[in-house]
Amino acid sequence: MEVNYENGLNLKATELRLGLPGTDEPERQTTLRPNKRTLSEISCSGVTDDGNDDHQESAPPAKAQVVGWPPIRSYRKNCLQAKKNEVEGTAGRYVKVSVDGAAYLRKIDLKAYRSYPELLEALEKMFKLTIGAYSETEGYCGSEYAPTYEDKDGDWMLVGDVLWEMFISSCKRLRIMKGSETRGMGCL
Amino acid sequence: MGSSELKRSKDSVSSDESARRSSFPDEVLERVLSLLKPHRDRSSVSLVCKDWYNAERWSRTHVFIGNCYSVSPEIVARRFPRIRSVTLKGKPRFSDFNLVPENWGADIHSWLVVFAAKYPFLEELRLKRMAISDESLEFLAISFPNFKALSLLSCDGFSTNGLAAIATHCKNLTELDIQENGVYDKGGSWLSCFPESFTSLEVLNFANLTSDINFDALEKLVGRCKSMRVLKLNRSVSLEQLQRLLVNAPRLAELGTGSFSQELTIREYEELESTLSNCKIMHTLSGLWDAKGIYLPTLYPACSNLTFLNLSYAALQSVELAKLLAHCPRLKRLWVLDTVEDKGLEAVGLNCPLLEELRVFPADPFDDEIVHGVTEAGFLAVSFGCPRLHYVLYFCRQMTNAAVATIVQNCPDFTHFRLCIMNPGQPDYLTNEPMDEAFGAVVKTCTKLQRLSVSGLLTDLTFEYIGRYAKNLETLSVAFAGRSDWGMQCVLGGCPKLRKLEIRDCPFGNAALLSGLEKYESMRSLWMSACNVTMNGCRLLAREMPRLNVEVMKEDGSDDTQAYKVYVYRSIAGPRRDAPPSVLTL
Repeated sequence: MEVNYENGLNLKATELRLGLPGTDEPERQTTLRPNKRTLSEISCSGVTDDGNDDHQESAPPAKAQVVGWPPIRSYRKNCLQAKKNEVEGTAGRYVKVSVDGAAYLRKIDLKAYRSYPELLEALEKMFKLTIGAYSETEGYCGSEYAPTYEDKDGDWMLVGDVLWEMFISSCKRLRIMKGSETRGMGCL
Repeated sequence: MGSSELKRSKDSVSSDESARRSSFPDEVLERVLSLLKPHRDRSSVSLVCKDWYNAERWSRTHVFIGNCYSVSPEIVARRFPRIRSVTLKGKPRFSDFNLVPENWGADIHSWLVVFAAKYPFLEELRLKRMAISDESLEFLAISFPNFKALSLLSCDGFSTNGLAAIATHCKNLTELDIQENGVYDKGGSWLSCFPESFTSLEVLNFANLTSDINFDALEKLVGRCKSMRVLKLNRSVSLEQLQRLLVNAPRLAELGTGSFSQELTIREYEELESTLSNCKIMHTLSGLWDAKGIYLPTLYPACSNLTFLNLSYAALQSVELAKLLAHCPRLKRLWVLDTVEDKGLEAVGLNCPLLEELRVFPADPFDDEIVHGVTEAGFLAVSFGCPRLHYVLYFCRQMTNAAVATIVQNCPDFTHFRLCIMNPGQPDYLTNEPMDEAFGAVVKTCTKLQRLSVSGLLTDLTFEYIGRYAKNLETLSVAFAGRSDWGMQCVLGGCPKLRKLEIRDCPFGNAALLSGLEKYESMRSLWMSACNVTMNGCRLLAREMPRLNVEVMKEDGSDDTQAYKVYVYRSIAGPRRDAPPSVLTL
């Protein structure tokens, strides 16, 4: 992440963007001082959205830059933004996915899926591998791959054990383990 | 003529009046008028004759000032000697959306100074869109020994230090209501400033504040204020803490919970459920920040008498809302986020036949990628199930003329119709036509309409309809609409009861502005921003109408001949002297 200092200001850190969370951006601070606009307000008040280096940014800038539109009180906007930041911090809609042996990581949006089968199918397509079916007692059989995730506590868990909603809210990153390491997870 | 008659005729303005006076003593008239509450009725009464004017002014205890610059505190104090309660509104409404420059004005302090001298027994102050500093709050706290109720809505300029001053000094405080303000939250210690001996609080609303409060102090405060009937907590208060507070306050009529999402044990869940089931007289419920669906059932027993449910900070899904509403048969007012989607609104239509007010706020107002939210289908569903609906605020991303026509057929009693199609200038998404017929249907069918906000692609036809049919309309908000001056002229030429007109980003120019010359004196105010009005047009208006204040807000870098933001209002106090440099009074 390049840091562009100009007049002592770290412009990259304070770059005003409408980009979706989970990208390599510094955490947004919402300061709730009176009469001071939060980032969401400023970014909607005429500052041109430069640098679309974030590939998720696809909303046309013009609309979102209209000051004071839609007509929602600053207080409510601040609350929504604060909530969004929190949700982004812990829920991690966008999580990194690593596959043992792959050269680079990928990123997926967990919210784009509604169930484990959907997620696993997407992962299989993305990495061109087979994960197989989940079994409570045996884990993922019939495959040398096992999908795991790091939860809020920092532990590595097998994907599929908990309710989907709980998984979404606690998953921080995914790792598709391969080969000998997977043997400890159920199938022999 | 005997000497007594001579005296009387000298005292009175005319012999007619002296006859009236002798048959109807002032004290009786004052007594009768003191029972009259609505300020508009009081205004009417004061115009009957001089006697009535005097009786009214002596008996008035509450004064409502809709525009703080329309009158001066000295004038108010001179006319009404016995005021104990004041309601003041300051900045134009569009300041809520950051359209008004900082330091614009509406500072309460000069009012407080006059009140301290003329109304030392002031008890209540309710402010909306005023600037109020910590110094002013402290001045208020120490100047009025009988002070009872402070309500701040959409104000700014103060911090929690000011609240600490109120808590410290106002020994008789019954109400502290801090709502949706720009508060500088320096921490929760202000709550600890209520003395141990203080027990009079009935209304406490600090939902606005973000930082952690001293829960111990709060618990003790709620415990000793036995008359507390309204308690609205902020997000930092957890479920477990809520339960502890409610144990001491089962008689709450209005509850705003804190965060509704802490991890609870089974025992804690049951305790919460049990405590909430004791809150039988609760009629208003709000808060529910981050509400987790699994905890909502704890609320069900407390909902049987609910008339107002504010879920606008709880991102509920449709199923969660439906299950909750099944327990709220008496609901009259409902505020939700559009996360509930059309399915959630269907549940509203099915479960809430007594519903009178619905507000649907957008959870993601700035994200165009969102495919959900609510549509015309949800609004239709509510209109079929809730014939008593008369107040709606609806943010959506699509609407049709046909849907609105059906909606107002189902609910002809609308008094407040505020529809916000979030994409500016968006047509009927099915026919691609302007939304003129939709608002035409609204004004033709809803004869009681007092407030209207329009949106979507609109031609001058919408305004022809409004001018012709909206005979009771008092407030009109317009954005990104209209084709020519004719539109605004229609409104100013029709709408006999128009009081507030706010317009932004419309192609209305000087001809439109100047067509309302006489009208503006019967209105509270006019706001026009990003329209085609020029400085010359504004100067002409100011010259022709000396009893109007014509203020132009300058934007950096804008063309000097254009009047980018114009605010016009009637005033008996003359041009204001506290305008910042960016505001020009013509």
